[in-house]
Amino acid sequence: MNTLALKELLYKIADDQLILGHRNSEWTGFGPLLEEDIAFSSMAQDKVGQSQALYQMLHELGEAEPDTVAFTRNANQFHNSQFVELPNGEYDFSLIRHFLFDTAEALRFEMLTKSSYEPLSKLAKKIQGELRYHTMHANTWIKQLGSATEESISRLQNSLDEAMPYALGLFEESEFETELIKENIFAGEQALKEKWLVKVKEVLSQTQLLLPDLLSITPKMGGRKGTHTEHLQPLLDEMSEVFRIDPTAEW
Amino acid sequence: MITEPQVYDWLDEVKDPEIPVLSLVDLGVITRVDIGQNSVKVNMTPTFVGCPAIDYMKQDVVDVLTKHGVEKVEVNVNFDTQWNSNMISEKGRKALKDFGLSPPPKHNLIVDIDILEHAECPNCGSTDSVMKTPFGPTACRSIHHCNSCQETFEQFKPL
Repeated sequence: MNTLALKELLYKIADDQLILGHRNSEWTGFGPLLEEDIAFSSMAQDKVGQSQALYQMLHELGEAEPDTVAFTRNANQFHNSQFVELPNGEYDFSLIRHFLFDTAEALRFEMLTKSSYEPLSKLAKKIQGELRYHTMHANTWIKQLGSATEESISRLQNSLDEAMPYALGLFEESEFETELIKENIFAGEQALKEKWLVKVKEVLSQTQLLLPDLLSITPKMGGRKGTHTEHLQPLLDEMSEVFRIDPTAEW
Repeated sequence: MITEPQVYDWLDEVKDPEIPVLSLVDLGVITRVDIGQNSVKVNMTPTFVGCPAIDYMKQDVVDVLTKHGVEKVEVNVNFDTQWNSNMISEKGRKALKDFGLSPPPKHNLIVDIDILEHAECPNCGSTDSVMKTPFGPTACRSIHHCNSCQETFEQFKPL
């Protein structure tokens, strides 16, 4: 098995989960409804927990300890998409990102249940079940607010237009794409993107929201290769503050 | 000589730290025990991947088995068996209900909104309830409202 290819795949998935998990946690205490406050906090916990399981898998493949990996790298060593590091913005933007990201993530793990790398296929089966709650949550709100009032529809539409170039960056191909597909580790970003589009269109068709014309959009790439927006490093600094003060602290 | 039923009996003393009436055995997270010469290897699987209680549970398993004289205890948390809420035993379901937490309905491993909408109120037994949110105070609980007795209650959510 091509270990380098596998590691790169695990890093990008784990980094996406960790960073978006952290962004989701920023809603704790600030949600527009108590239930939404709890929902984003709970999804944050799931995502950070899932990233830890993936970092643990990387550790078993010879990488550093999960905490070290999560808290000591600089922005240019992170493989997350730029999409997940963007600030939360207003609730409409966070909701759109949650919908676009979690739809992709649920499909990615569904594909990974068939991975030839057995520890990953087992973990993916588990995570797939948990993510069903995330997509159910996103779809419910998108359907409700996407066909509610003029304001809710126009806000979501603006956020959708703004988010789409970044969302397309989720499917930035790895330099190991061919190896991953050939060795049946992962069926590839292109296959994922096609499934994702079908699902996104299906949900949006039940609302008054319009999918932006994808052909006229330039996807925001680079995140998978360590190129990030100005928003990632401050987030990492905040996330790792305690760890950096005392890496040996026991809780 | 240690026997498997004996180990399961001892492990029944270990409770879920967040639901102290439910044992790990009844929760279904103990997936296998391997018994050696005065040593026991316990295989566990978390209910939710991000469950923060898993380290406490691991330590409790070690403590309880050591207390019963097992010299070497190893706890291996893995995903060889993926936990789902159908794995909670009948005894566990009753314990949850007595605790005031609605047990998860049995399902065909596909959780949809219909399953979530039909929680039985642990206070009055009515099924006339509505889900408020699938995300509760812990990863494994959802929040519901009972239209009969007007109480809000939690359910151990189906997974």
